[in-house]
Amino acid sequence: MSAVAKSDSAPRSQAEARVRGFARAAARLLENPLAAAGLAVVLALVAMAVFADTVSFHIPPNAQDLNARLLAPGAAHWFGTDDLGRDIYARVVHGARVTLSIVALVAAIVAPIGLAVGASAGYFGGIVDVVLMRITDIFLAFPRLVLALAFAAALGPGIENAVIAIALTAWPPYARIARAETVTIAKSDYVAAVVLQGAAASRILFRHIVPLCLSSVIVRLTLDMAGIILTAAGLGFLGLGAQPPTAEWGAMVAAGRDVVLEQWWVATIPGLAIFIVSLGFNLLGDGLRDVFDPRAS
Amino acid sequence: MAASLLATILGLTAVTFSIGRFIPVDPVLAIVGDHAGKSTYDRVRLEIGLDRSVPEQYFLYLKKVLSGDFGHSVMTSNPVIQDLAHFFPATLELATIATLIGVFAGVPAGVAAGALKGRWPDHVVRFLGLFGYSMPIFWLGLVGLWLFYAKLGWVGGPGRIDVGFEDLVTTRTGLLLVDSAIEGNWDVFSNALGHLVLPAALLGYISLAYIARMTRSFIIEQLGQEYVVAARVKGCSFWGAVWRHAFPNVLVPLITVIGLSYASLLEGAVLTETVFAWPGLGLYITRSLFNADMNAVLGGTLVVGAVFIGINAISDFLYRIVDPRLREA
Repeated sequence: MSAVAKSDSAPRSQAEARVRGFARAAARLLENPLAAAGLAVVLALVAMAVFADTVSFHIPPNAQDLNARLLAPGAAHWFGTDDLGRDIYARVVHGARVTLSIVALVAAIVAPIGLAVGASAGYFGGIVDVVLMRITDIFLAFPRLVLALAFAAALGPGIENAVIAIALTAWPPYARIARAETVTIAKSDYVAAVVLQGAAASRILFRHIVPLCLSSVIVRLTLDMAGIILTAAGLGFLGLGAQPPTAEWGAMVAAGRDVVLEQWWVATIPGLAIFIVSLGFNLLGDGLRDVFDPRAS
Repeated sequence: MAASLLATILGLTAVTFSIGRFIPVDPVLAIVGDHAGKSTYDRVRLEIGLDRSVPEQYFLYLKKVLSGDFGHSVMTSNPVIQDLAHFFPATLELATIATLIGVFAGVPAGVAAGALKGRWPDHVVRFLGLFGYSMPIFWLGLVGLWLFYAKLGWVGGPGRIDVGFEDLVTTRTGLLLVDSAIEGNWDVFSNALGHLVLPAALLGYISLAYIARMTRSFIIEQLGQEYVVAARVKGCSFWGAVWRHAFPNVLVPLITVIGLSYASLLEGAVLTETVFAWPGLGLYITRSLFNADMNAVLGGTLVVGAVFIGINAISDFLYRIVDPRLREA
């Protein structure tokens, strides 16, 4: 580290400083082989989702072939076929799309809500803080999966509703983190300087405080991804997530349940996919935490 | 503390109440059926208070819930509270055994990992944890059933007990192991144990992963304190310092961790119960869900939530008793 810092000349622009800082963080992340493996898994997932048709050799995930039901894994069907003769490899690959979109949607809902609630509570303090944090505590005290179940039941099964149900139960920790960060940041001199310049509260919050909370929120999000994937797969397994014939990993495990004793691959392979992807996010999250928050390790 | 507990419980009822109003099912129609005339429809509508304002309806709901009236289940046609009392012991039994496994394996493992930081026990615990956090438990349950039940025949299959052993012991506590032990019926006991061991071990593994990880970080924190160095300087052995000096201080935060993990098992058993056809709360809630039996779903959610909140409050309370610093504050 120190050798790198000495040999480098001072960055010439703000942009260069940012790029260099990012490169240093990335280098430190990749030094950790487990985190690198996690990153590889996550990148592979993204690639699989984006190029699903190419990766699955243009085998349609929902094409049924009743003459080829429950075939064991082999040259023609790498991961075998399910009870409707659909190619499990193609379905697993297309399932990456579903999983990734659920994760991305939940993240896109949860992070802004958590940041807005937590940063406002931390910045304004007083009654705002008490009310917002009490609401957060109430949501935090709820059993997550059961509540997600109840929401999914009320809204009706489906991916969108599963996303809403998970997001509604997942935002409170982000509010907590954002509040803790904001309380410290709000005391700093540069915030006092912006206040003196007459900036509005909203400007201070969103231009000067929220950006600094982002790194802890992103680390926490990565660590949470595995939990989100597992909850989504659990809802899918119970029949409350993605609906047939969508290739969703949890629902695929459920479909293989009845034949697990004779045709193990139908349930086992999508389950392995869930496991590998959650493991990847967990490894990456652990690595990111070590880089951004050395205290926690 | 009592105030925050009350606020949380009220919040929970507000959420179940709102969910109950969200659903696109006409509650009146659910009671009277399609063929009822307008007059019957209107009468029932008045009876269940749908003509009143939303806050009024909420207070009516709260009054009923507090008196233990969750309505009737459409599926079983019993009062929901009676169903819940029937299904709860199965979940309690499963979660308790799983927590015992988690505590008795997880705490020593976490202590070893923390004391031998960076050595192999630490790595083993870290990997156990990573796998535990990444594992879809419904899938692990299926694979476990396939291997230990179907292939090896080491454990009982799905359900709480074999059909031939059903209703052989009188229900006293609803906990099969306890009921059969009271009667000294060891055949029933061992059959029930055979069914329990796999789902309990799986849930126990998840709780072990969490407990061990937390114990590890608590121990590391304590071993860095000066009193440990002082004990060592006075001639205390390393493991003596770990167990006699550091460990008692770890016990305090550990209570909260164990409480949290117990509470989350009571709710997290939903998926495990589905896989193992375990007749507990989770299975009851999911089955009711598919039969659009909203009274049962919301009653179940409320009970699980209340238990969850209650256990957290109890561990909070114990924490204050055990830690003298918090007692004075």
